[in-house]
Amino acid sequence: MKSHAEAAAEFIKDGERTDWHDETLWFVRAKRDLAAHGLPEWEQLRDWASEIKNHTLSNISQYLTAFEKNANANGITVHWAADAEEHNRIIHKLIKDNGIEKIVKSKSMLTEECHLNEYLNHHGIATIDTDLGERIVQLRQEPPSHIVLPAIHLKKQDVSDTFHEFLHTEKGNNDPQYLTEAARIHLRDHFVASELAITGVNFAIAETGGFVVCTNEGNADMGAHTAKIHVACMGFEKLIPKAEHLGVFLRLLTRSATGQPITTYSSHFHRPRPGQQMHIVIVDNGRTRQLGRPDFRNSLKCIRCAACFNTCPVYRRSGGHSYHTAVAGPIGSILNPNLDMKANADLPFASTLCGSCSNVCPVKIDIHEQLWKWRQVIVAEGYVGAGKKLSMQGMGFLFSHPNLYRFAGKMGRFFMRIAPFMVNNRLNPWYKQREMPAPPKESFGEWYIKNRKK
Amino acid sequence: MKVGLFIPCYVDQFYPKAAIATLELLEKLGVEVGYPSGQTCCGQPMANSGFSGLTGGCDALFVKNFSSYDYVVCPSGSCVLHLKEHLHAEDEAQAVALRSKIYELTEFLTDVLKVEQLKASFPHRVGLHQSCHGQRGLKISQMTELVAPGFSKPLQLLGMVDGVNMVQLDRMDECCGFGGTFCVAEEAVSAKMGQDRVADHVKNGAEYITSADLSCLMHLEGILKRQGSAVKVLHIAEILNHQ
Amino acid sequence: MSSRENILKAALENQPAFVALPQINLESVINYENLAAQFDLILTRIGGTVEHFEDEASLLARMASHSPEEFVINTITADAEGLANINKMNSVQLEAVDVAYVRGALGVAENGAVWMDENAMVNRLLPFICQHLVVVLKVNEIVPTMHHAYQKIEVNKTGFGSFIAGPSKTADIEQSLVIGAHGPRSLTLLLQF
Repeated sequence: MKSHAEAAAEFIKDGERTDWHDETLWFVRAKRDLAAHGLPEWEQLRDWASEIKNHTLSNISQYLTAFEKNANANGITVHWAADAEEHNRIIHKLIKDNGIEKIVKSKSMLTEECHLNEYLNHHGIATIDTDLGERIVQLRQEPPSHIVLPAIHLKKQDVSDTFHEFLHTEKGNNDPQYLTEAARIHLRDHFVASELAITGVNFAIAETGGFVVCTNEGNADMGAHTAKIHVACMGFEKLIPKAEHLGVFLRLLTRSATGQPITTYSSHFHRPRPGQQMHIVIVDNGRTRQLGRPDFRNSLKCIRCAACFNTCPVYRRSGGHSYHTAVAGPIGSILNPNLDMKANADLPFASTLCGSCSNVCPVKIDIHEQLWKWRQVIVAEGYVGAGKKLSMQGMGFLFSHPNLYRFAGKMGRFFMRIAPFMVNNRLNPWYKQREMPAPPKESFGEWYIKNRKK
Repeated sequence: MKVGLFIPCYVDQFYPKAAIATLELLEKLGVEVGYPSGQTCCGQPMANSGFSGLTGGCDALFVKNFSSYDYVVCPSGSCVLHLKEHLHAEDEAQAVALRSKIYELTEFLTDVLKVEQLKASFPHRVGLHQSCHGQRGLKISQMTELVAPGFSKPLQLLGMVDGVNMVQLDRMDECCGFGGTFCVAEEAVSAKMGQDRVADHVKNGAEYITSADLSCLMHLEGILKRQGSAVKVLHIAEILNHQ
Repeated sequence: MSSRENILKAALENQPAFVALPQINLESVINYENLAAQFDLILTRIGGTVEHFEDEASLLARMASHSPEEFVINTITADAEGLANINKMNSVQLEAVDVAYVRGALGVAENGAVWMDENAMVNRLLPFICQHLVVVLKVNEIVPTMHHAYQKIEVNKTGFGSFIAGPSKTADIEQSLVIGAHGPRSLTLLLQF
């Protein structure tokens, strides 16, 4: 697997596409700004959302129990999955036990995190992703590159080529309207025939035992209201105490995500329709562990709006696939080390710590501070190269000894090699696309002795 | 009022002119400035790379050098932010007390000295690069992400300089991509970010790019020079001290 | 131990010290001088169409104006038998619906959304699968924000309810907005004054 830096370098090789990717996501960020500035109480809303989430996490065991009880009373079957494997097994069993053949799935980052599609495929079961962006990447056998805009890395020509191959659309017709219409016809065939619908969960309400699913396309509803079995998958952090709290979250979610005032559909599911089965799979998959890490538990407040992706100058120029995880971007970089620290040790370093992510976060997760803290943990656990460690130790020693530092400074060229931004590199990557600063005749320290210490 | 001048390692070694301008500017404003000779680095390069365990020597030196001053002033927002957030000492109370006395230069001028006029002139078109650590960390200017009234301490000061013509940028507070060791660890993204930032200034007609942080400027300067651009970088102290 | 017990135990052990819920004070929330105008503005901006009417007769006339070729389902004027039929319709039948009339319970000025529950939909699939959705709403049922909306609605009164804001849409291909993704290609809001 390529590290973020390696994958990003490859992405950037196509400069024109990188600029387009950057501009497109910056445009989404600009729409978010416009929507946020339309509400004078924006920062107050963020505070409320953050506090509601903090409260919920502080009482999560009780809310989970209450949710289960109320959901059961509503006729919803609640399943509990300790990890991705168990989540996948539960769904597989529902499919087998009910003799299901036709499955549609709307967007659920949790099922991506659990690699449900691969698991089911492996067992000979096909699922149809029904979100347009997800369907595009599914046909291309790629993972989504963004949690809200799954195909944002693709240009319309790419989609046209894919649809020509799989949906037999006209070759070279790149019109988004035409391509969307083709997908509509293709997916409507799958909706009307679907027997089991899998959806994600945006919010689950402890007090009422129901859940809310938000889409713009209507695909979650099309599947859920057709199929005889509806399976909704959620990480346990999706809980909120009461329905009235949805007022806060639904105001923030889409404004943060795309700049829309709300998604087209915010559907509240409380009871199966007559004859229908409704299931909820509540997943842990490392979340209780993250809950137990005081420095990182805040990341569980995330409502998956992706505002941090769109604002991140690194994400915009490296693309979602460079993060090699289901959830990319800044939030992914603080969630994924909890899932697999070794495999994701590069991600907290894929940031300049500029802090823009924390400022756009609607639930006020201190993302950039957690990136910094993960770096400390990853180093302490030994997941960085020996070379980097050695040079850091050398630097720490040098800067602890002023005389040595001054001596090193006098040896101009030597300081350049060990300068903080040169660290750990035999072939100076600074110089690849940048000039070195011109070394002055004397350092400030030397100047000061001559000019002020007389 | 006794002010200790903290000149971070890379400024000391590569940008002495910015340090001299900082010193002269403070002296002109009547401040008694001391420069302890035993200073080196704030420790940020290690800490931001995950090696905060290796900053003990830097911290101890810093505490030793600067505890006796009323204020510590530094012409680099990034180093100041690191010290304000992560300076520790054997006597932790001493470190905590010192943290609250550390100021980035522009915020020291506007908030402590409450400077209202400067004798300076710089008749050029200037683009202001907001360093992220100064802006989002130290909050020396308002951030475009927030729904809140605007302000900018660097712009407030630049407004006191005769002849300065500030250029409007398309993205007024996008990161330049320096990011400490990020600039080599993620060389491709870092350079791309820097090129994009430079392009915004050039496109909008800047002759000079200034900032309250030299680390960003060092990165942008490296790109400008490689491009053979005539656009120059200057630390904000050099403009505020220019006559 | 089962996964359920394990998860609940780990959650209890790892959850931080109790933090109180915030007070949501609606005085600090935006309000609009003219709720209907704001609702109209936003719904139009997100791709919906707003028509005004005053008397029932004009509504009935509009409902009757469709050509015989159009498959129209009207949940508002249907009688008991009609409602039972709509309720029983399957996805293949509903897929053919051109126009559906549904009554909205409440409109939200800040975002153009309309709340409708299962009773109003009659069939859960109807407002999502029809080609064109027509929603009827009384002007005095518009509230300023989502906070006000949740004060008025009971989310679990029926088994299903939804805020619907404009026609189905997507921007998944190069961020180009396309109206009519999988669901209705248009949403017309008939606002009764």
